[in-house]
Amino acid sequence: MTRHTLSVLVEDKPGVLTRVASMFARRAFNINSLAVGPTEIAGISRMTVVVDADGDLIEQVTKQLNKLVNVIKIVELVSENSVQRDHILVKVRADAATRLQVTQAADLFRASVVDVSTDSLTIEATGYADKLAALLNVLEPFGIREIVQSGTLAIGRGSRSMSDRALRAS
Amino acid sequence: MSKGTPASPALMAAKSSGHGTQASPVSGAASTVGPVSAVVGPNNVVAPIQMSGSEAIVRSLEELGVKDIFGLPGGAILPTYDPLMASSLNHILVRHEQGAGHAAQGYAMVTGGVGVCIATSGPGATNLVTPIMDAHMDSVPLVAITGQVSSAVIGTDAFQEADIVGITMPITKHSFLVTDPNDIPRVLAEAFHLASTGRPGPVLVDVAKDAQVGQMTFSWPPVIDLPGYRPVFRGHSKQLREAARLIREAKKPVLYVGGGVVKGNAAAELMVLAELTGAPVVTTLMARGVFPDSHPLHVGMPGMHGTVSAVTALQQSDLLITLGARFDDRVTGVLSSFAPHAKVIHADIDPAEISKNRTADVPIVGSVKEIIPDLSAAVKAEFDASGAPDLGDWWAFLGNLRDTYPLGWTEPEDGLMSPQRVISRIGALTGPEAVYTAGVGQHQMWAAQFIKYERPRAWLNSGGAGTMGYSVPAAMGAKVGDPDRVVWAIDGDGCFQMTNQELATCRINNIPIKVAIINNSSLGMVRQWQTLFYNSRYSNTDLNTGHDTIRVPDFVKLAEAYDCVGLRCERVEDLDATIEAALAINDRPVIIDFVVSPDSMVWPMVPSGVSNDQIQVARNMTPVWDEED
Repeated sequence: MTRHTLSVLVEDKPGVLTRVASMFARRAFNINSLAVGPTEIAGISRMTVVVDADGDLIEQVTKQLNKLVNVIKIVELVSENSVQRDHILVKVRADAATRLQVTQAADLFRASVVDVSTDSLTIEATGYADKLAALLNVLEPFGIREIVQSGTLAIGRGSRSMSDRALRAS
Repeated sequence: MSKGTPASPALMAAKSSGHGTQASPVSGAASTVGPVSAVVGPNNVVAPIQMSGSEAIVRSLEELGVKDIFGLPGGAILPTYDPLMASSLNHILVRHEQGAGHAAQGYAMVTGGVGVCIATSGPGATNLVTPIMDAHMDSVPLVAITGQVSSAVIGTDAFQEADIVGITMPITKHSFLVTDPNDIPRVLAEAFHLASTGRPGPVLVDVAKDAQVGQMTFSWPPVIDLPGYRPVFRGHSKQLREAARLIREAKKPVLYVGGGVVKGNAAAELMVLAELTGAPVVTTLMARGVFPDSHPLHVGMPGMHGTVSAVTALQQSDLLITLGARFDDRVTGVLSSFAPHAKVIHADIDPAEISKNRTADVPIVGSVKEIIPDLSAAVKAEFDASGAPDLGDWWAFLGNLRDTYPLGWTEPEDGLMSPQRVISRIGALTGPEAVYTAGVGQHQMWAAQFIKYERPRAWLNSGGAGTMGYSVPAAMGAKVGDPDRVVWAIDGDGCFQMTNQELATCRINNIPIKVAIINNSSLGMVRQWQTLFYNSRYSNTDLNTGHDTIRVPDFVKLAEAYDCVGLRCERVEDLDATIEAALAINDRPVIIDFVVSPDSMVWPMVPSGVSNDQIQVARNMTPVWDEED
């Protein structure tokens, strides 16, 4: 399966997330992750959808997304031309004996410690999915108690904005 | 779509012309975009005026040019039924909301406009689910208005509360929940615009009771605000030239014509293209009549029960010129073996249909109304420059198949009437100016096969959804939409029992439809499959309505109970006289119980799960292919 990152501008209307999610479910498309939030323009939200789809299927995914009336624009962001980031919070077992090793590991990944207790540390990290996987590998031996991970966020490199032309056209 | 490379511009309907920041533009470049801010109707200008939300619903429908609506009131839609009494709208009170939905579909199909149905919340709304899904599958412009409980109690499981927007999300083109009465004119204008433009389809407008009761300021026309909806109408000129080139090079082209050509009102344009190319034409179940059956270029209906000539034309073709069709599984059979040597030109207004099932070599997004004349012009230029292809061998082959394997039937051995004969005679005695509706099953296939269709919008059926019970209410809606035409509901005894309560609606509202019940006393198509694939083990398909049964119900008595005329015909000697008697009655609905053999089967048939090459003209009889040179 090839992984595709789609950036989708949608109208911020009730039910729009359901429409997108339900279309994926109904057509048996695979969502790997989904992140939704406001944009620089009032009334417009941006969904970053990471999709696993082989061959021509990604074309069908984007066409079906385009058919949703609340979807304004879709752009596929490829890794060479975009910045893609996941955000993770990890609670790791760490007592007096191992605390230093854990914080050093976190430092190597430019992750930060955001909470401490007598037997655990909570680490926050941001990065490309591969980097976060590597961080988790390093933390694994200490004992991971809990993971929370966001969907991927992605933005194109360079000065232009995805919403420029989309909204001028309307 | 490969990373970083834009798709062919014609391949995807651009929602915007924008390209992303050095990223691959999934939306592609824009083709010519049609007008989107069109509010349908007579376009009156109404200065701001205070009224209630329910008055605004009625007034908006009037301003949108609506004349007839089908519905049934209930608690959550009650406020809207009050101003309806004083309006110019003709509201037809149905007996079941499903009937309202199918009637609105039939109305839309014959008029070419938008059909409107209205129901209350909860079960009223859920009874519309089947017709909404039917309209979605067959791309019928439908606006369904439902009442909803007051916004203050939405989400509390209030009496007759159902999340109808959520329930219908996958089967509507779009849907709205209105909680502010000021939104009503805009939302209804948007609903009509969405339902009737681009690929037509059903739009649901769910209006909370407090939005109906509340005061608002009405003005007309409203401003349509649909930034994400920009259907493409004109085909891409480069793709059209490429299509014309393929047409000139093809030795075995076929015009594969679907229901989109009916919806796009492009029958005349299709005739020009067909006669210019000289290519054989197949009309799918949804397209019957858009090209005349009597025309020498017509080789029949393709698909599971298509003619040998139409099915084989597609299978052996080297070029499918696909217009408003969608490679449905009932047409293609096993997809991987469908038309294996054909290149594909695919023109459709819905970009998502292109390359969904069969990859297109030349995709053309746009309206067939625009694409077909543009394609004709391109083909003419191509022929003028390089000569027209010689299709003599292709026609010799297809003509031979058409002559050798015409549609027909064998008389049943039980001595009962053959259903095919009954339907043939109805078509012959009534003629091509009538409207014929059918539900789903054997009667539907026979009506598609044995009535000769010469014009679009004469044949209405439940194609994609396969809804039992479509026929009677659709006929009712068709008769309201085009009252001067004879309207026949060709129905099965199973289908008829699902929605015949609308005979009351027809009788009370003076809608004199004619219903031909092709009564084989069983769920005939299921029975046919049991005969063929389940060793004639007839599990739950006997309905006891026909010959040698207790006849429950007695369809003649049922008709009479509705104060309609009920006739029964059991012998072929009485057949023409019975049909003529029905044709002579125009003051009320006529229901004829045609008692036919349960053993008659629909042929030809491509059994499910095999290649179209395995078409059988009768049980275990395949055409003799070695006649092919």
